[in-house]
Amino acid sequence: MTALEVKNLRKKYDKFELKDVSFKLESGLIMGFIGPNGAGKSTTIKAILNQIHKDGGEILLWGKDNVRYETELKNRVGVVLDEGYFYGHLSLKRMKDLIAPFYKTWDEKEYRRYLSDFRLDEGKKISELSKGMRMKYAIALALSHKADLLIMDEPTSGLDPMVREELLELLRRMIQDENKSVFFSTHITSDLDKVADRIALINDGRLLFDQTKDELTERHAIVKGPLSLLTDGAESMFVGVRKNGYGFEALTGDAAAARRRFGDQAVFERSTVEDLMLYYVRRDNDALAH
Amino acid sequence: MGALNIILSNSSDLPIYQQIVDQMRGAILRGELTEGALLPSIRALAKDLRISVITTGRAYDELEREGYIASVAGKGSFVAPRSQELLHESRLGMVEEKLSEAVRCACTLGVSRTEVNRLLELIYEEDGK
Repeated sequence: MTALEVKNLRKKYDKFELKDVSFKLESGLIMGFIGPNGAGKSTTIKAILNQIHKDGGEILLWGKDNVRYETELKNRVGVVLDEGYFYGHLSLKRMKDLIAPFYKTWDEKEYRRYLSDFRLDEGKKISELSKGMRMKYAIALALSHKADLLIMDEPTSGLDPMVREELLELLRRMIQDENKSVFFSTHITSDLDKVADRIALINDGRLLFDQTKDELTERHAIVKGPLSLLTDGAESMFVGVRKNGYGFEALTGDAAAARRRFGDQAVFERSTVEDLMLYYVRRDNDALAH
Repeated sequence: MGALNIILSNSSDLPIYQQIVDQMRGAILRGELTEGALLPSIRALAKDLRISVITTGRAYDELEREGYIASVAGKGSFVAPRSQELLHESRLGMVEEKLSEAVRCACTLGVSRTEVNRLLELIYEEDGK
């Protein structure tokens, strides 16, 4: 079943525009949404949550329009945003008491379990929490109403590696239930190497790709070799090439063909999500500049 | 369940799903995973190995296509029953593959057939039981 589908999403601001953004997330999977700052990640997320009015396109949650069925869908979606939608002067307990009644599916036992798992002290004020603790609290609230889809905007930014790992482990645990899905934006691409099933890349308001991580890593490779290899249109095999006095480094989107062509003369390495983002965004920016 | 070690390498040329297939098939052929043994679910395996459930799903599909495992809806995946004959054939296949590799290597390096035969005998005397 498709948990989230965005079809030709359009939104125009003075200096920025989302242009026909489309992607799809099946239930039971974790999708990472990447792109440089200002690419349109947060705008897309706000449109999914119906926090901004879209100019065109369609957003479906489990096949249902996100605006028309908003009230019904709200119970099934957990939201963790980057910054400040909590009242800092409230204690965790007061904040929870405010939020819980909005959800029919609120599970107090589950909430208690997360509090103790995350070692969160209910008596503390929200403003007294560290960034990592605040993130965990937001996730505890989101999961306690038994959300089937967790939507997070930059949940790992500003967290130390230990807390980030804990968070990723939590996501892995969540999708042990094949009806649950996770959609999160990030610019920490190593998190996606670790946890994502599917990756969507956005740049300057347009989607560059939306594919499973397996397809991406199998098709692509980093190729390194002497400059003498770059003859007879070899460069057309690459998404991008970087040359220096000693040789070249490139990303190919057809690893098998590159291996056939260069054989032992070049070195092949598995590409990381970061490599993909850097090369694809650079190519896209070059194309836009021309 | 019998012992099941799966060690994945990021620097290997083989895709991760293929590494899982190879190692599970190996464990089954060596008898470490016996007929009827319940395998971890694709989700549990993905979580433990910290890889995508798409990868483990693909590995299980492949093992199922090769006849090594069988999946029962709602119950999970099991090591499939195999006749002794088939099992032996698969084992022969694995040895054949390694020997072909050795023969190819010998050809490229100019080592003669007689020498290879002698080496094989020697290895049997030293390492064979």
